[in-house]
Amino acid sequence: MSAISFQQVEKTYGSGVRALDGVSFDVQPGEFFGLLGPNGAGKTSLISILAGLARATRGKVTVMGHDVVDDYAAARKSLGIVPQELVFDPFFSVRETLRIQSGYFGVRNNDAWIDELLASLGLADKANANMRQLSGGMKRRVLVAQALVHRPPVIVLDEPTAGVDVELRQTLWQFIARLNREGHTVLLTTHYLEEAEALCQRIAMLKQGRVVALERTSELLAGTATTMLRFKTDHTLPASLAARARVTGRFAQVSARDAGDVEAVLAQLREAGVPVEDLEIGRADLEDVFLNIMTESTQ
Amino acid sequence: MVLAGAQPLFRKEVFRFWKVSFQTVAAPVLTAVMYLLIFGHVLANRVQVYDNVGYTQFLIPGLVMMSVLQNAFANSSSSLIQSKITGNLVFLLVTPLSPAAWFLAYTGAAIVRGMAVGAGVMLVTAWFAPPGLSNVLWILTFGLLGAGMMGTLGLIAGLWAEKFDQLAAFQNFIIMPMTFLSGVFYSVHSLPPVWHVVSHLNPFFYMIDGFRHGFFGVSDVSPWISLAVVGTSFVAVSAIALALLRSGYKLRH
Repeated sequence: MSAISFQQVEKTYGSGVRALDGVSFDVQPGEFFGLLGPNGAGKTSLISILAGLARATRGKVTVMGHDVVDDYAAARKSLGIVPQELVFDPFFSVRETLRIQSGYFGVRNNDAWIDELLASLGLADKANANMRQLSGGMKRRVLVAQALVHRPPVIVLDEPTAGVDVELRQTLWQFIARLNREGHTVLLTTHYLEEAEALCQRIAMLKQGRVVALERTSELLAGTATTMLRFKTDHTLPASLAARARVTGRFAQVSARDAGDVEAVLAQLREAGVPVEDLEIGRADLEDVFLNIMTESTQ
Repeated sequence: MVLAGAQPLFRKEVFRFWKVSFQTVAAPVLTAVMYLLIFGHVLANRVQVYDNVGYTQFLIPGLVMMSVLQNAFANSSSSLIQSKITGNLVFLLVTPLSPAAWFLAYTGAAIVRGMAVGAGVMLVTAWFAPPGLSNVLWILTFGLLGAGMMGTLGLIAGLWAEKFDQLAAFQNFIIMPMTFLSGVFYSVHSLPPVWHVVSHLNPFFYMIDGFRHGFFGVSDVSPWISLAVVGTSFVAVSAIALALLRSGYKLRH
């Protein structure tokens, strides 16, 4: 049995926008799975359908074998969702918020686990603070605690580190990695591709509502251009290189298939009279893979 | 099963309004006292509605019921619209709570607030002119049914509205006129024939008339007719609210 299963999921909104176009993949129990894609790719629509916030136009979605529509109560008990938006109920304190959320899932006398969550997420001294008094990072931690308060076997993190500081990221990932080691399945969407590369065992990439890649992270990295030339320059790249380069200000990155191709790129730079600084030749990372796949799927 | 599911949400909804009870309970009590002082003073010697019942006495049950109705409506509608607009409704949408549990919790909490405000208005205004108690059972029946119906209407309005001004329009153009034109401040027998007939098409009239019967033992129509109208209306709006919740209307896209 898969922890999460999407089968031919389609979603067309009332406005006619087709957000998902036959998405199918499974996430296995205990897996740390990454769902990547540019804005508008359909990630949030897919997660919304999984959580019951939206309904699929067609297809089937299950959590721990429970259909999210026909058996929604069991499916939702198996799922903990950390939403993308920083939302909170201004009437309550952190502890009250967590007790209320426990109650919704039928979990009573949950203070021991709530205390553990507060301690693990660095919120112990904020337990009795009103939600309005917390900083953005603290509110984000409470969102994580709320998702975990009923000890779900499957955890979904929808861009949980968007706009949060390095310290919180470290605390959060240590805690989520611990939960994953203890057997929880984790589905992560993030724009920080280095996080996905470091944490996820498998990755699905979405583009325009379709799965354009679904592989183990290591295979994704191995299966694309393996070499990247990174350098700084104040000059415009020759047209032959500009088409395959990624330029951010003075920084340029050009992919190369092999050592011969590296030499060819350098030769083109020399011939065009483009001086470069801080030249590095390294392995392609997930960001390069992501951009390559997104570019290829457009062509 | 449904009751067990509704309990945590019901407790949270009661806790929510109780945390700001100065605004949600004390303020409406003060408003009702103002109505009593002003209308009671101005009209006390000009209007005689029932024999042996002074105008101030007549006014009190109407004010109590008006407060019950308006606050029951405000509780469920404001809670839902705030949660929708601030986005924290997501915490409820991802839970296993059934549509019936949502309905029971929101309506139940609205009844608690309506009755709490009603009891507060009763306690304070009765000090000015004790209205008498002819039949407590009618008072409780119409109080609970009225609060339940308005809590349910508040739930429907909260589901429908996407902005605060839409909810305000619902409140100002539907709920307020129907409440004020239901006989809170007068007996419909004193109205011209056309408005007398129109008043009988307003279900709010039956809530207030039946409620008042519990105090004085007299009313414009039989309390059994009022019970039938209010009971049927409550069942109808409850069916609509449950259908909207089951369909995920403006909740699940």
